[in-house]
Amino acid sequence: MAKAKTIILDPLSDDNPITYQVLGVCSALAVTVQVQTAFVMCIALTLVLAGSNLVISLMRNMIPSRIRMIVELSVIATLVILVDQVLKATAYDVSKQLSVFVGLIITNCIVMGRAEAFAMQNNARDSILDAVGNGGGYSIILILVATLREIIGSGTWYGFRVLPASYPGNGLMVLAPSAFLIIGLMIWAQRTWMTKKFEED
Amino acid sequence: MKFMLDMHDKVRHHFEKGGKFEKFWPLFDAQDTFMFTPATTTSSGPHVRDALDLKRVMITVVFALFPAILFGIWNAGHQHNLATDGAAQGIMPDILMGLRYVVPVIIVSYAVGGIWEVLFCIVRKHEINEGFLVTGMLFPLTLPPTIPLWQVAVGISFGVVIGKEIFGGTGMNVLNPALTARAFIFFAYPSQMSGDAVWVAMSGDAVQGFSGATALAIAAIAEPGVPLTNALTDAGLTFKNMFLGTIPGSIGETSTLACLIGAAILILTRIGSWQIMAGMVIGTLATAGLAGAMGTSVFAQLPPQYHLVMGGFAFGCVFMATDPVSSAATGIGKWIYGVLIGMLVVIIRLANPAYPEGVMLSILFMNVMAPMIDHYVLQAHIRKRKARYA
Repeated sequence: MAKAKTIILDPLSDDNPITYQVLGVCSALAVTVQVQTAFVMCIALTLVLAGSNLVISLMRNMIPSRIRMIVELSVIATLVILVDQVLKATAYDVSKQLSVFVGLIITNCIVMGRAEAFAMQNNARDSILDAVGNGGGYSIILILVATLREIIGSGTWYGFRVLPASYPGNGLMVLAPSAFLIIGLMIWAQRTWMTKKFEED
Repeated sequence: MKFMLDMHDKVRHHFEKGGKFEKFWPLFDAQDTFMFTPATTTSSGPHVRDALDLKRVMITVVFALFPAILFGIWNAGHQHNLATDGAAQGIMPDILMGLRYVVPVIIVSYAVGGIWEVLFCIVRKHEINEGFLVTGMLFPLTLPPTIPLWQVAVGISFGVVIGKEIFGGTGMNVLNPALTARAFIFFAYPSQMSGDAVWVAMSGDAVQGFSGATALAIAAIAEPGVPLTNALTDAGLTFKNMFLGTIPGSIGETSTLACLIGAAILILTRIGSWQIMAGMVIGTLATAGLAGAMGTSVFAQLPPQYHLVMGGFAFGCVFMATDPVSSAATGIGKWIYGVLIGMLVVIIRLANPAYPEGVMLSILFMNVMAPMIDHYVLQAHIRKRKARYA
């Protein structure tokens, strides 16, 4: 059970896919202007991650290693298209705002990275736990970034006004570079305060 | 002075390692070395004996800024009185009114930026650097006099922390901290940093029909058919006015003349690089000339010398581009760096109506490129020497 705990908890903080592995940053820049889009993105990515980890872990002994990337990619692509279609059918407005970024989950390094690094070597149960952990770690950062950007940038959170209407907003926070700055500051904070040993500098 | 020195020496041991106030050594050190020649010597070669250390370099830049500061204070008041009362009020009332707008901005910039600086010095245990004296003064001079003070505080915090301290402090920064701060404010609060309404401080109701548009704003929306110089003259923006600086604009940037005096001080004391300044002027004139020969828009037809007196060109050229940390350092590199900034300025001004002022963006862009320029200049030099001795 201890192993299951580390599999889930590690990626939430010390081994976070965004702030430690620095994967999936592209979508973290693109969809974090509003908390709502970030939230939907988190769910979509976690679902794809769980699905792909499960399928690839079940198939791991059947996949010839020379073509494993292509097999992984086709599994991921199938799942992404499924999620995209479901989103279009159920939450059309949000899916319009997310535009290509749901489709781009295919190229999200976290999904491919977990399939390669974890699901190929571990059993189905651990692989799903790993997906939950990494999806959770991704979601924590995404929601944090989106919260900061939406509150500072527009004075709202999940569409609700939290700062008075006279708040002037912050134009930079609405632009993608601000997500770079915020993620950079988070990595700085994590490297200063977290216990895990990072590379010697 | 002897008495001051005695006093410093008496309390020195409190701040040194093991003393009561060990943590505050950077503060004591800053005060001590600001007033007296430091007793420390370099531990390894080369040993250069020179009265000019980093602190004297930085303080010379602040002196060079004085004409621009004084003129900026007068002009802020002058523009205010002109707009509010419809007529000039004479020098003293102008200066007093200008002080009311400019001094708070400078105080906030120094105070807030200074707090960050001291905080990082204490945590990181490096000495407080006079570089901040320059940054803290450059930044307010690039702002409109109407800027809300909290935005000044946010801007300088961003400039000092993100622009400088995360890279390791003075000497390690890739970007010019003052320009980083300005860029942040420019993108974060565009309605307080651009447009026609912010450049002239007005109290109460503005004079009807008064427009504080800058030359660049007029140029960006110029109607075809009429030469731009006429449109500028109609708005009171003759070449002479723009050279002297009696026009609406950022606090320290309007006067090309004041910047030229600063340039003279920097070049005579060999603190600012004349190659960068000259390169930037050449690059701008050449590109504007080329645009005039080929371009069809009214702005492109503007005589090239106008580009030198419009917007923040003179200020950016003299004080921002020559920042010894973020500019290119090699001889040829300085020329390349300067010329490219000058070219970019004209390209951004002519081609991008969204950003009427290209100086800030082009300097920041070339700041990023400066290490690469230096790298290739050095590589070329090494190759040449290798070929010579092969």
